[in-house]
Amino acid sequence: MDFSAISPVALIVSLMAASTPILLAALGELVVEKSGVLNLGVEGMMIIGAVCGFIAAVTTGSPWLGFVFGAICGALLSMIFAILTQYLMANQVASGLGLTMFGLGFAALLGHKYSGIKPPKFHSIDIPILTDLPIVGPLLFGHDPMVYISILMVFVVWYFLNRTRAGLVLRAVGENHDAAHALGYKVIRIRIMAIGFGGAMAGMGGAYLSLVRVPQWTEGMTAGAGWIALALVVFASWKPGRALIGAYLFGGVTVLQLNLQAAGLSISPAYLSMTPYLVTIIVLVIMSADKARASLNAPASLGKLFHATT
Amino acid sequence: MLRLEQRPEPSRAMQIATPIIAVIATMIAGGVMFALLGSNPFTAIRIIFWDPIFNDVVASYTRPQLLIKAAPLILMAIGLSFGFRANVWNIGAEGQFIMGAVVGGGTALALYPYESFIVFPIIIVMGAVGGFLWAMIPALLKIKFNANEILVSLMLVYVAANFLSAMVTGPMKSPVGMGFPESRNFNEYQSAFNSELLSNTGLHFGVLAMMAAVVVGYIALTRHLFGFQIRVAGQSARASRFAGVNPNLTIALCLGISGALAGLAGLFEVTGPASKLSTNFPLGYGFTAIIVAFLGRLNPIGILFAGLLMSLTYIGGELAQFQLQIPAAAIQAFQGMLLFFLLGVDILINFRVRLKTKGVA
Repeated sequence: MDFSAISPVALIVSLMAASTPILLAALGELVVEKSGVLNLGVEGMMIIGAVCGFIAAVTTGSPWLGFVFGAICGALLSMIFAILTQYLMANQVASGLGLTMFGLGFAALLGHKYSGIKPPKFHSIDIPILTDLPIVGPLLFGHDPMVYISILMVFVVWYFLNRTRAGLVLRAVGENHDAAHALGYKVIRIRIMAIGFGGAMAGMGGAYLSLVRVPQWTEGMTAGAGWIALALVVFASWKPGRALIGAYLFGGVTVLQLNLQAAGLSISPAYLSMTPYLVTIIVLVIMSADKARASLNAPASLGKLFHATT
Repeated sequence: MLRLEQRPEPSRAMQIATPIIAVIATMIAGGVMFALLGSNPFTAIRIIFWDPIFNDVVASYTRPQLLIKAAPLILMAIGLSFGFRANVWNIGAEGQFIMGAVVGGGTALALYPYESFIVFPIIIVMGAVGGFLWAMIPALLKIKFNANEILVSLMLVYVAANFLSAMVTGPMKSPVGMGFPESRNFNEYQSAFNSELLSNTGLHFGVLAMMAAVVVGYIALTRHLFGFQIRVAGQSARASRFAGVNPNLTIALCLGISGALAGLAGLFEVTGPASKLSTNFPLGYGFTAIIVAFLGRLNPIGILFAGLLMSLTYIGGELAQFQLQIPAAAIQAFQGMLLFFLLGVDILINFRVRLKTKGVA
């Protein structure tokens, strides 16, 4: 076995790319949950984003259009969930599961003519001199634009939730929908917009998987990334900054185990493939163990049904 | 404009009517989907829902399949339905299904080639134990550390699938399998093979276990204190504590029962229809069972019919794949759609739709 083949700089660079899809999806879900809605369909929206983004990018030759189209399709799919839970008052857990199952099936259906194709290349930024700097160059200036966009989105979501009036209203709806309704806020409309945002972010994260991370389309390629994003929201205690840390932690574990597999560690690769899921469980346990702290940031109306009687 | 008006009491008629409405709506929406895929929607619907039972050419093969595919779905859905009623969301039945097959099947492989009538009962118990213990992980983490059982049980599906793959490439790999990642074939091991009990019916031990689960499940739910307790726990956690329900025990029981039943389903599947452990063994039955549980209204009798219907869509889907070149994934999308429609029309149970009259409220 040869550990020297694993370069720390290359490891961190690939870690950031590996974290980007779950970071995007987790930020979207964070906003959804802050509005008091639990959408378990992240996995389904991600895979729809992955396939739609892939098809758009291959057809038009532009990865950028792929990301946009992936986000649009993710948001469209999330509207099924929005109608079911907001207008038809269906159980959110069951509706979210349905969204995931439908999304996985429908994505496979859309994509079955597209497997084995290479998507157009999405180039990393290349700033003369800066990118060529040793260590700092690849770490700070060598990523593709989506990595920077995902980090920017951390700040945008934080700013929106904590520094804008609209963000305050959204949080109010998530904390107590009856009070927010009594104050005249449109609970259902706000929640539907949040769900749509969550869908778009998950779709964009999915498109990143199929366009940059893998990069190709295969059935079921999200392999639980959407569920890890959901766990990440709990890990982050509904705070965008912590979602970034969490995503990079999970990305790190994923990349490290892949590197260990490649380096030929003498245990079955199947055991190494388990690690991201096991780490998710362990982190979830640690974060949930302190009940008082865990419930401090959780939106009080999370997952509850809302029906305006007047 | 339409307006929703709360019913004074949930409508019993709608409770029975809504699954039927949902199935019809799914057929229509599915027909549109098949038309978009370039197939005749009427032919597709006929192939999926009619031909597996009534077509003279294929039915002799497909009719027994109906019970074979329905058995694991119903067995798992009954276990899940208890938890879903009590708001304990075990969505990792797929993982418990795999672990039941690995533990039970692994025991059989360890006993090979010892032939005795006692072998089959032992591996049945081991299958249930495998699923039970796997489900106890989210249960204990929920009780001790308040960890979300949805996420933990789901993560464990991926862990179980990787464990299966480690087993069939390592200790459980068949010595006569020419290096393929699969175990010894169970139909070469008489004492452990879950054979068809009556030829051409699809009836095997798993089907008998499924039937027993329907009866026991129905009695437990409607006539036993346990059924009352989980129904109260689901409707109001606070009220249930006053009624003397121990919430932690409810979590452990709901996850334990569903895990054991999923483990049983996995064991009967691997020693019978699948006939060997391999990386292709998990087919997503654990996830489809969630749809079956809801389609059956979380009621064992309803689940029996829902499981048969879902089994029909699997078999019909395979036929449609074969005859119309409809991709396999279409049927998965179709099943997802069914769950959407079902959840959507559920509102008719508690609300009625009224035309909104103009005027001052």
